[in-house]
Amino acid sequence: MNIVVLVKQVPDTESERKLVPGSGTLDRAAADGVINELDEYAIEEGLRIAQAHGGEVTILSVGPQRAAESIRKALSMGADKAVHVLDDGLAGSDALATSAVIAAALGQVGFDLVIAGSESTDARTGVVPAMLAERLGVPQLTQASKVDIEGSSVTVRRMSDDGYDVVTASLPAVISVLEKINEPRYPSFKGIMAAKKKPVQTLALADLGVSADSAGSAGSVTEVVDFAARPPRAAGVVVKDEGDGGAKAAAFLAERKFI
Amino acid sequence: MAEVLVLAEHSGSAVKKVTTELLTAARRLGSPSVVWTGPGSDEAKAKLAEFGAGKVYVAGGIDFDDYVVAPKAELLAQLVASVSPAAVLIAGSAEGKEVAGRLAVKTGLGVLTDAVDVAAADDGAALVSHANFGGSVNVHAKVKSGAAIITVRPNAIAALPADGTADLTPVEFAVSDAAKAAKVISREAAQKSARPDLQEAQIVVSGGRGTGSADGFHVIEDLADALGAAVGASRAVTDAGWYPHAFQVGQTGKTVSPQLYAAIGISGAIQHRAGMQTAKTIIAVNKDAEAPIFEIADFGVVGDLFTVVPQLIDEIAKRKG
Repeated sequence: MNIVVLVKQVPDTESERKLVPGSGTLDRAAADGVINELDEYAIEEGLRIAQAHGGEVTILSVGPQRAAESIRKALSMGADKAVHVLDDGLAGSDALATSAVIAAALGQVGFDLVIAGSESTDARTGVVPAMLAERLGVPQLTQASKVDIEGSSVTVRRMSDDGYDVVTASLPAVISVLEKINEPRYPSFKGIMAAKKKPVQTLALADLGVSADSAGSAGSVTEVVDFAARPPRAAGVVVKDEGDGGAKAAAFLAERKFI
Repeated sequence: MAEVLVLAEHSGSAVKKVTTELLTAARRLGSPSVVWTGPGSDEAKAKLAEFGAGKVYVAGGIDFDDYVVAPKAELLAQLVASVSPAAVLIAGSAEGKEVAGRLAVKTGLGVLTDAVDVAAADDGAALVSHANFGGSVNVHAKVKSGAAIITVRPNAIAALPADGTADLTPVEFAVSDAAKAAKVISREAAQKSARPDLQEAQIVVSGGRGTGSADGFHVIEDLADALGAAVGASRAVTDAGWYPHAFQVGQTGKTVSPQLYAAIGISGAIQHRAGMQTAKTIIAVNKDAEAPIFEIADFGVVGDLFTVVPQLIDEIAKRKG
């Protein structure tokens, strides 16, 4: 089975995340880059499926030069090879433009199963896996906390408001995963050494047949008008419980008319 | 005035609160028309009229819930083509965002997700406010041309009534075979509680690592019930299996924006704050005085949650008489 796992490099949530004045796009140089957390679960799930059913795991990442670090980490976890879509023309792509680039790359790489994290920690739009299913014309099995494959059919548990739905479809398909699906492995020393020799193919927009005016800021239909740091929340009153903490909390809630 | 399509969130004929919030936002951009999927529109008509719906497009004969997302996007795309709306408003749930994403691909229209406010710019187009990076940056965004597809965070916009007629307008619609590719074969609901929906609740009571166990977590449910609140949980709790994942608040869980958020035994790591920082009022109980949750709490108690919370519950009962 040909499994493609989508990996996005994002700024570390623990570091200070900024937008670029003017464009309002993410300042990717300002913070440490890490693999989007949910994508690690996607990688792990891809590796487990390949282990159980046979096949190859390809990492696909769209991003600037430094995304190569995240690709290498994904390979060190055990993926077989990678494709890095790298092009200056990608900067400023919104979700719709990004999904067009990813879909073009998937068309070229080929796939039986595409696995993504259900959202990224930076933009948190959560729309890209659904956009890909739509663009590729394949079933959408998103928000999955469990994936089972039997022959050419795939069944997932899809998170719902108060539990989950069991959803089934035929391969090829697009899956997105939640963090309850597995426990991602840490790269072993052997994995890290092996990753250095694994093939990473770099593709530019022209290689994918995507024109420059349909990617990046130029190809994006949304734009940031302005932005400003939100004033930090002022800390309120903190009391030490001396046998009356609950009563004091109740008094606060009463004063604010919650009780 | 151009129509603004509002995809109704509903459970049977019960209109979810976020739908009334969407209608309120839609009125700022044009004339709101509800898109109703499946049965129940007759019973819902009065409620939709109360919040200013002019028309209600009804695709009644189809069980949209049998398939994942795609049929709703298909219906909306058909209506976008026939109505040429000024904007399309969809609830900012995980599924709502997916509907919006598919609709954007079908129509080529821009999608703006997780709006915390919607206004009309000078030219009448939608100007959307986002609270990015866990609420640390306020961003205004818009689409460059055409109608905007906007998903709106539940509870962020206060619903206000307005006169509407909610004229039920049946729509000829058939789901394509392609949109039936992902089929729902069963549903497993956690024990159905009488508590409000997590993202729609006015008050959310969340428990964290400090509750210590699934058993310890019951005190969170007790406080929630005393306040008529929804229950939330930190990732530490759902990772440990003390409470279901569907109730996780934070970066990889749900984003909530209630009037009151009670963080009990939650330290307040940035990943958790990302899911609750736009709450209007925050209270916290934690035994560690250094916990970052106290930096953003309007009222905090440093103490053992197993003594503070039961006392709080008693006080609430007393005050209710």
